[in-house]
Amino acid sequence: MEILKQIARTIEEGDAAAVPRLVGEALAAESSAKAVLDGGLIAGMNAVGEKFRVHEIFLPDVLLAAKAMYAGLDVLKPLLERAGVASRGRVVIGSVQGDLHDIGKNLVGIMLKGAGFEVIDLGSDVSAVGFVAAARSHEARVIGMSALLTTTMPVMKEVVDLLKKENLGGRIKTIIGGAPVSRDYAEEIGADAYGYDCAQAVERVKELAAAS
Amino acid sequence: MSDGLLARIQRGEVLLADGAVGSLLLARGLEKGAPPEGINLSAPQVLEEIARLYLEAGADIVQTNTFGASPLKLARYGLAAQTAEINAAAVRAVRRAVNGKAFVSASCGPSGRLLLPYGDIGEDEVRDSFLRQMAALADAGVDALCVETMTDLREARLALEAARRAAPGIPVMATMTFEATPRGFYTVMGDTIMAACRGLSESGADLVGSNCGNGSALMAAIAGEFRKETRLPLVIQSNAGLPELRRGEVHYPETPEQLARAARELRAGGVAVIGGCCGTTPEHTRAMRRALDKVA
Repeated sequence: MEILKQIARTIEEGDAAAVPRLVGEALAAESSAKAVLDGGLIAGMNAVGEKFRVHEIFLPDVLLAAKAMYAGLDVLKPLLERAGVASRGRVVIGSVQGDLHDIGKNLVGIMLKGAGFEVIDLGSDVSAVGFVAAARSHEARVIGMSALLTTTMPVMKEVVDLLKKENLGGRIKTIIGGAPVSRDYAEEIGADAYGYDCAQAVERVKELAAAS
Repeated sequence: MSDGLLARIQRGEVLLADGAVGSLLLARGLEKGAPPEGINLSAPQVLEEIARLYLEAGADIVQTNTFGASPLKLARYGLAAQTAEINAAAVRAVRRAVNGKAFVSASCGPSGRLLLPYGDIGEDEVRDSFLRQMAALADAGVDALCVETMTDLREARLALEAARRAAPGIPVMATMTFEATPRGFYTVMGDTIMAACRGLSESGADLVGSNCGNGSALMAAIAGEFRKETRLPLVIQSNAGLPELRRGEVHYPETPEQLARAARELRAGGVAVIGGCCGTTPEHTRAMRRALDKVA
């Protein structure tokens, strides 16, 4: 679909004024809200994320692209909600304590919503206790944690350990991600899953929620 | 000390700055997730102890525990109203410890906010925040201000403008954090070393350079790039390598001996102030002191 590719490109360019108009055009041409989300907004942000990872672009470009994506998401949100996909359950997400970076985590949140999860986003700088308390009070099935700094990664282990200590391990599953995080680290600390990128994170959360 | 910091640098002296403070605070009971500057009021004797460790290790410049003591950053912990006391207490602690035997340099880190249009805050608000912090530091009596770990040149320049206004007579060091990319060194916001040299000196920095983000090898390369772009004296504060997780604990791999060798290289490359950032300890400072005391 040419229009979806155009939306993705416009997000890469960070043109927040143009995206809502293009999203409207795509919907008028009978694309579903889900298709516009996946093929336009998320495809655009994935491309931006990859270029950022290889230092082709810098943080300002990512931030402008994110603003453009949110402008498009505002148009889609009521439609996605009305589509009333049955909830797959609740997921608590956040960036771990000490980490103020939350772009990747925000993207995962949006994609999880798109996949039919109820997402409780705790923001950035979230403590282990904060994650577990929120997961408990919202009766979440999964906790998703993001870290961009090596120095903040131990908080992920604290969450896993705290769940075990409170006998919630197994009932509340954990998934981790972020630039310095690896599958090996997930195994080392006993997290239930690792997401290399946003798309993979969503697939893993689906598996975790189905198993819990 | 009869001569000021700039006079000694102009005479060709190489000054040794101290190392990391955060890890030493954690080892002395600072709670993870608590504001590192809260201790300035609750237990200033701990800061005094750490400053004394670095002085005894041979540092010529000892930094205050005020990296996050701008009101915008303190506001995250509801401490903005105590900006003046928190900064003054940090300065007093280091002054007591060094007792005139080393320069007291006041650390000023980023606001933690992103400037418009990328973030949500205007330039005036950020400049005012730095102004409040630096006025408090200048009042308390520091020998230098150190604007550091900046990744946005615009924010660094606002901090320098604030320094010039709040403390016109106090020397200012300004250092940014760079990443090696296939196209050279850039900050995460996309600023180059060339742009940093121009912008920082235009806004009144007396020394420019880099801190954090890299171990000693890349820092030597960064220093070389700076040397090509500016005639201002340079300041370089390397991490002890990049952090790794070993058995769940954060570990910085570079040894005191490695940083000592790096200090000699930096001196040979014309760097005026050499110090340590994340992961460095008084042991690193001591080794660097010995290395710098040897005839080149």
